[in-house]
Amino acid sequence: MKHRMAIAVLSLLGFFLSAYLSMWKLGFVGPLVCGVGSCEIVQTSEYAYLLGIPVAFYGVAGYLAILVASLWGLQGRWIGERKPTHVIVFLAGAGVGFSIYLTFIEAFVLNAWCRWCVVSAIVITLILITGLAGYRESLSAHREIGE
Amino acid sequence: MARMKGFYMMLGVMAIVGGGVLAFMAMSGGSPLPSGPIDPAAIDAARSFGGYTIGNADAPVEIVEYADFECPACRETWALTMIDVKERLVRDGLVRLTFRDFPLQIHAHARAAHHAAACANEQGAFWAMHDKLFLEQRDWASASGSAEGKFRNYAEAIVGDIAAYDACMGEGRYRAQIQASFEGGVRLGVNATPSFVIGNRVYPPMSYDDMKAIVDSLAMEQGQ
Repeated sequence: MKHRMAIAVLSLLGFFLSAYLSMWKLGFVGPLVCGVGSCEIVQTSEYAYLLGIPVAFYGVAGYLAILVASLWGLQGRWIGERKPTHVIVFLAGAGVGFSIYLTFIEAFVLNAWCRWCVVSAIVITLILITGLAGYRESLSAHREIGE
Repeated sequence: MARMKGFYMMLGVMAIVGGGVLAFMAMSGGSPLPSGPIDPAAIDAARSFGGYTIGNADAPVEIVEYADFECPACRETWALTMIDVKERLVRDGLVRLTFRDFPLQIHAHARAAHHAAACANEQGAFWAMHDKLFLEQRDWASASGSAEGKFRNYAEAIVGDIAAYDACMGEGRYRAQIQASFEGGVRLGVNATPSFVIGNRVYPPMSYDDMKAIVDSLAMEQGQ
């Protein structure tokens, strides 16, 4: 339960991060709070899109899905169930994979860093670690019940 | 149960604070210039715009400057280098000078300033507006709200038809063109302003003498 609470908080944070980056992409917020324009290089590059959709949008959708899954796992009979944890680990795993790809592009292709993208990569990694810890705990809990 | 209540309260506070911060950021632009998404198709279409050019079309050397009207370094380079470039190299037919928009996001009024210059260009007054914006940079860059009132004052003294200028600003006619210039610069590797593309290279700001030396050697290569 503690894990799911922590994940809910982290995913809400990640949601606002990617919402901010999406709004910047759409032109709704002005100055991106970043150093000498390297965020702009990242955000205006061709890699800021995947299948024609800004990558920040995937972040918004992904974090929102994880938030919903973690809140779902905190409701009544689902607290003891493992399914929400599976969903969280699956989503966070995909998110970490996507973040590794984006960070690789920043480091080796663009040679420019967007610090909010890096913070997002850290947040999604923390969510995956927390999710895996919850998964391990639920495994040992099941084993104890089994015995 | 009390623990869950505390948790939901914390999550609720986070949601309200986060949403509030984003809403504040979205609203604090304070610009009558239209905001919001620029149609990517319009940006593509504007790519053919090559910038604002003066000088002999047959000049042996072209200097393309990527600059931001709100950037102090651009103002300095304008005063120390570019006025001389225009008065000497361009006038002598040695250089064709092109100005391209590169408004940085870190500058709150830059996009509006570049847009004001684009609207002045409709009435043949780009370079007059360009000089005025750099000259008055310290005044308008420090404006706390929108600086567009100041731009309009400059325009009033420069353009003939202020109603046409207002209409141009009101509909944000050149937002896509400015974005296309910016993205074009990024593709060339421009990541700071001012940057100069001379020949096939991107240069940082420099003195008039250094720029003239580059121009002379390129002109010589071309047998001029």
